[in-house]
Amino acid sequence: MSTRRIALTVNGTRHEAEAPVRQHLGDFLRGTLGLTGTHLGCEHGVCGACTVLLDGRAIRACLVLAVQAEDRAVTTVEGLAPSPEALHPLQAAFCANHGLQCGFCTPGMLTTLEEFLRDCPDPTEEEVRVAISGNLCRCTGYDSIVAATMEAARAMREAAA
Amino acid sequence: MKPPPFHYHAPRTEAEALALLAELAPAEGRILAGGQSLVPAMALRVARPLHLIDINGLPGLDRLDVGDGHLRIGPLVRHAMIRRESVPGPLGALLDKVRGHIAHLPIRTRGTVCGSLANADPASEWCLVVATLGGEMTARSLRGERAIAAEDFFQGFMATALEPDELLAGLRLPLLADGTRWGFHEFSRRAGDYAQAASLVVMEVRDGVVLAARIGIGAVEDRPRRLPEAEALLIGRAPTAELLRQAAATARATLLPTDDDPTRPALAEAMIRRALADAAGIALP
Repeated sequence: MSTRRIALTVNGTRHEAEAPVRQHLGDFLRGTLGLTGTHLGCEHGVCGACTVLLDGRAIRACLVLAVQAEDRAVTTVEGLAPSPEALHPLQAAFCANHGLQCGFCTPGMLTTLEEFLRDCPDPTEEEVRVAISGNLCRCTGYDSIVAATMEAARAMREAAA
Repeated sequence: MKPPPFHYHAPRTEAEALALLAELAPAEGRILAGGQSLVPAMALRVARPLHLIDINGLPGLDRLDVGDGHLRIGPLVRHAMIRRESVPGPLGALLDKVRGHIAHLPIRTRGTVCGSLANADPASEWCLVVATLGGEMTARSLRGERAIAAEDFFQGFMATALEPDELLAGLRLPLLADGTRWGFHEFSRRAGDYAQAASLVVMEVRDGVVLAARIGIGAVEDRPRRLPEAEALLIGRAPTAELLRQAAATARATLLPTDDDPTRPALAEAMIRRALADAAGIALP
């Protein structure tokens, strides 16, 4: 099967590796780079668990081929926190508000919401619900996820003020 | 849920892409744009192209241009790039509203408008917009370039007038004059899911009378189309609640749904009625 050597930046670090051309970005991040924070659920774009940021925009890692990330910058859940000691405001708010139970959907929730809050720093609860409508939480913890997001948005607005 | 093996091509110029397409189309070669329909179809093994020609590396294809009374959408314009502020007049507001109904945020950042048209899913919102407003597609191949009108472009369930060696090189939509009224409604079982029925209505009303009307229906028949019998009913008359109800009922009677889902005609009628009411600016319970 044909492979290509690709170079890309993931969470600020430059990587070069071989990728089978049919491999999607999610498998490349997990299998080749060992970044298992990105979760793979449905692998056909429905569940949202594998959402990562490609050049800052949320995308499904199962619907982009690894070779398409050549020369691009990827941010995964491992790259959201500003330092090893600190959490991203969304991560801190998810902890404080029980925004996760099993944690399977969490990486996709966080990356989706990271982009959403950049575009929409002062959302309504309804807007948050629409933003995560493509991210399935089988623990059905949506209320606490929405509460966490509202708190993170507040914290991020205050930090920016 | 992994795509079957294929060969991957990443051309750097459009000429190179067209040459690859001409060479590989007979060998099950296909264009890869946003990939938000094609890649899952490959994962589900319902699509098995042997060659993918990825156009994402081609420069200049992600342009939105306004001029000559038209909006031109390039082949790499993502759904998320269609925003009210980038398109003047009522068309901007209309497209902005429609965009919000297309899948979810992380799909809209990647999927392309032209890709949706080439895919021609009967439930596609952009296909409904093009059919209703009379968009024009540009097809390009090594053989040259041609324009395809909306009524010729959609040829059936996920079928278009594009030849295998043709790249959908752009879409042109007519801008809407200030004061043009419109309404869009769709019903889907879950947020971002495929529409069960969708309707777009565009109307020109002067001195309380309908001068022109376009009523489009999507997700019901094998392709989106206008409903001329219902449109004709409105012309020259005041858009009252009674008239709009009558037009929606007429529309329903002219539909030929592709399945025998008993809810489909009622859903279609309801979406048309609501789109009509929004366009006319009246409440219609």
